Amino acid sequence: MTADPKALYQEVILDHNRKPRNYGRLDHPSHQAEGLNPLCGDHIHVALELTGDRVAAIAFHGESCAICKASASMMTVAVKGRSRSDAQALVREFVDMATGRLAAGDAAHIGRLAVFSGISELPMRVKCAILPWHTLHAAFAEVATTSTEAEADPMHTPIGDA
Amino acid sequence: MKALPSAAATPPATPAPASTRAPARVGSEFDVARVRADFPILRLTVAGKPLVYLDNAASSQMPQPVIDRLVRYRTTQHANINRAVHYLSETATTEYEAARRKLRRFINAREEREVIFTSGTTDGINLVMQGWGRKFIGAGDEIILTVLEHHSNIVPWQMLATEKGATIKVVPIDDAGELLIDDYESLFSERTRIVCVGHVSNALGIINPVRRMIAFAHARGVPVLVDGAQAAPHLAVDVQELDCDFYAFSGHKMCGPTGIGVLYGRAALLEAMQPFKGGGDMIHTVTFEKTTYNTIPHKFEAGTPPIAAAIGLGAAVDYLSALGMAAIAAHEHSLLRYATERLQELPGLRIIGTARHKAAVLSFALEGIHPHDVGTLLNQEGVAVRTGHHCAQPLMKRLGVTATSRASFAFYNTLAEVDALVAGIRSVQKVFG
Repeated sequence: MTADPKALYQEVILDHNRKPRNYGRLDHPSHQAEGLNPLCGDHIHVALELTGDRVAAIAFHGESCAICKASASMMTVAVKGRSRSDAQALVREFVDMATGRLAAGDAAHIGRLAVFSGISELPMRVKCAILPWHTLHAAFAEVATTSTEAEADPMHTPIGDA
Repeated sequence: MKALPSAAATPPATPAPASTRAPARVGSEFDVARVRADFPILRLTVAGKPLVYLDNAASSQMPQPVIDRLVRYRTTQHANINRAVHYLSETATTEYEAARRKLRRFINAREEREVIFTSGTTDGINLVMQGWGRKFIGAGDEIILTVLEHHSNIVPWQMLATEKGATIKVVPIDDAGELLIDDYESLFSERTRIVCVGHVSNALGIINPVRRMIAFAHARGVPVLVDGAQAAPHLAVDVQELDCDFYAFSGHKMCGPTGIGVLYGRAALLEAMQPFKGGGDMIHTVTFEKTTYNTIPHKFEAGTPPIAAAIGLGAAVDYLSALGMAAIAAHEHSLLRYATERLQELPGLRIIGTARHKAAVLSFALEGIHPHDVGTLLNQEGVAVRTGHHCAQPLMKRLGVTATSRASFAFYNTLAEVDALVAGIRSVQKVFG
């Protein structure tokens, strides 16, 4: 076995875990959702403010592992200022990459989020990385709470295929 | 894509030892090296490192004699039991019942008919809930549980309470994880119908004072079910000495196969119970007007049971008995003591569950590091621990955590593996700076 044993826990992920960006609450969110991973009890709250079609503000808080928290932090950075449809396209790309359906190199918008591509090799941890994105998807869809075990579980049903 | 190390393991480098060797015990010395030679899986490497398997509370590994017994059954003894008159059916029936005798001896039940083969502890508890609870628990009655319970000793009783309009009362713990026995005693009322308590907490390893709790309940005419899933592999269990009414445990946590377990029940209670599952084998006669039920234990073993697994469990208790449960407990206690000392040396590590009487389980929290990250990074050092809520969410809530990391030991673990765990935790802490 030649792989770097610490490959997943790269500095960028550890940094976002230590100093999560956009961590907290919004005063007047237009959309929000609570995401739960019942397998571990982790939960994350994502709130955003759409101005017209644009994500003007986004914030998250909750209790989760480093993978989930870094994924949420980097997600907020990536979607802030984007149009709703761009953000949703990114949700699809991220989930496809994390579940191994899309190689990071083939993902047009993934950018720095490619650090999570290795998660697809750790099936038990895929849901940790996906939870924030799943929650963002629920917020856009105006679903108040979601779960990695929900019917629309991205492990089973790709987001956006419905 | 950059390849990550997976849990994919390399095959054993050395051939399996002969399974007919004498048990690895020399006088009172526990020869752990010889014991380990019986477990082929312990020779695996994970992520390029020797496997350090510390998830025994979830499931234990299987020694070669048990593997061989399963192979022998599959290759020379299999047929359905209790039915046909041909050679194989008679052989399988004889071996299945021989396994029941071994299990009776292992827990010192009075009679073989008090030993019911189930699919595991969860199945055993559900059997009592369905067979005893649904018949004898009604509206306004009370069920006593403890906050330490595994979900499998909570959820069935909640289902029953909802169905019948019964109430659940919960014995609290102190901050060390010990049950508050005064509170337990004050929970009793005229309406108390059953007490359900774990012998050893799966999440924290705490050994509960079940004998004392049973005596108190019996003085009030209340039967007690003991969830022995975490005790049977580690302590000498004597159901007569405990004086419990039901005792449920699982084969796969004690070197046996999955899909098999035992429910011990006092014969008089089992006879009074209604069957849980209907089907073949559990009947005496069937007409469309009326069915009469078979005697215990068959009344509770509807359908073709996991015959091979039961026989494998019989081989597992032979193996454990040859080592000696006292010798096993002593070795595991030395592991626990050493691991507790070593883990306490680590800054930022907090052991959760510090009661005086514990089985060899260490639940811990690392400051600023989530248990799932601990688990993933330890795996990359070859160390297997369980991380999460351990199917004990009410306990996690009481402790004020959502999850813990849990190292749980078996008699085949070594002090060197404790050192590997400590080194692994240090490396996790280093990653997180």
